[in-house]
Amino acid sequence: MSGPMTSIQVFEQVFLQTRAKVLEVAASLDRLARTEGFEAVQSDSRYQQLRQSLEVLLGSGTNRAATIQQIFSDPYDPAWVSRFQATGERPELNPTAPH
Amino acid sequence: MYYIDPHIHMVSRVTDDYEKMARMGCVAISEPAFWAGFDRGSVEGFRDYFRQLTEFEPKRAGWSGIQHFTWLCINAKEAENVSLSREVIAMIPEFLDRPGVLGIGEIGLNKNTKNESIVFREQVDLAARYNELILIHTPHLQDKLKGTRMIVDMLLEDSRIKPERVLIDHVEEHTVGFAKDKGFWCAMTLYPVTKCTPSRAADIIEEWGDDRIMVNSAGDWGPSNPIAVPDFIQEMRRRGHSEAKIRKIVYENPLEFFRQSKRFQFTPPESARRVQ
Repeated sequence: MSGPMTSIQVFEQVFLQTRAKVLEVAASLDRLARTEGFEAVQSDSRYQQLRQSLEVLLGSGTNRAATIQQIFSDPYDPAWVSRFQATGERPELNPTAPH
Repeated sequence: MYYIDPHIHMVSRVTDDYEKMARMGCVAISEPAFWAGFDRGSVEGFRDYFRQLTEFEPKRAGWSGIQHFTWLCINAKEAENVSLSREVIAMIPEFLDRPGVLGIGEIGLNKNTKNESIVFREQVDLAARYNELILIHTPHLQDKLKGTRMIVDMLLEDSRIKPERVLIDHVEEHTVGFAKDKGFWCAMTLYPVTKCTPSRAADIIEEWGDDRIMVNSAGDWGPSNPIAVPDFIQEMRRRGHSEAKIRKIVYENPLEFFRQSKRFQFTPPESARRVQ
């Protein structure tokens, strides 16, 4: 599914905005790199997430935004219910009991 | 174009905002119960809040010709206090028959903790026992994907809950599929920095279609824009989408979802004008 505009029309609409945003990212990274103690930031997991995201930008396809969202997301553990139950902190509901 | 803002916290906004929204075409809003920026100390604090939501806010909205609807709950942040949450849950039925109350919300998770999940399930149970609609808050930033999936897990485990009577809010690119694929309604929040922009919301519409989806401003006491929905309308127009498609998302879809509540007594603006 896509919008009603052609590729050229969309490109004309987004080019300047995207250019500005890319420059903003570049300037932010430059600003960071100029600071003392930059090495400590480079090992910060959030900095690594930024780097991974920038690599995704250079890829292709139509799913880059969702992929980047996942990079910045905590992992989901399908066994979370049993983990909570194991601690006794997830009591069974009794729908007929008054609250 | 007439529109409905299905999620905005007007108790945090000034009367001038109602007026601006009306001038931009807003004809109705729904206001979920939420965190006040501080934890309330007792159930009486919530009782007063629910009175504000059901008594004064509809009146204040009416001064600008906007119809006001609301949702009641204890929010995910304050749900860490399970004993207080249970007192609030026990008190909510006092207000459920009031005009304009659409259901239980915005309930959900914030940091995806055990206490939040306990209180979430008990509020889902409350909604099921009273046959109420549910409005879901999903967490922000890195917690959102995990929290949304946990919420969907909990909703699907309760056979009394019908997905078409649940609205999952604050969806973004990585969570909209979980909501839509399971048959839930969903909403995108147009909110600076931490949620969706109008252009990303339009992208999501182009990717996922315009069924069972709406947009809101979630305007509140933080940096937010109470007239964000018109920004989305403008973005959709700029891309060449039809007026009918835009109207479906910002007006007809909220109506279709809200009409499932027996207390949704909406006067279409065309009828209201004729009466005047």
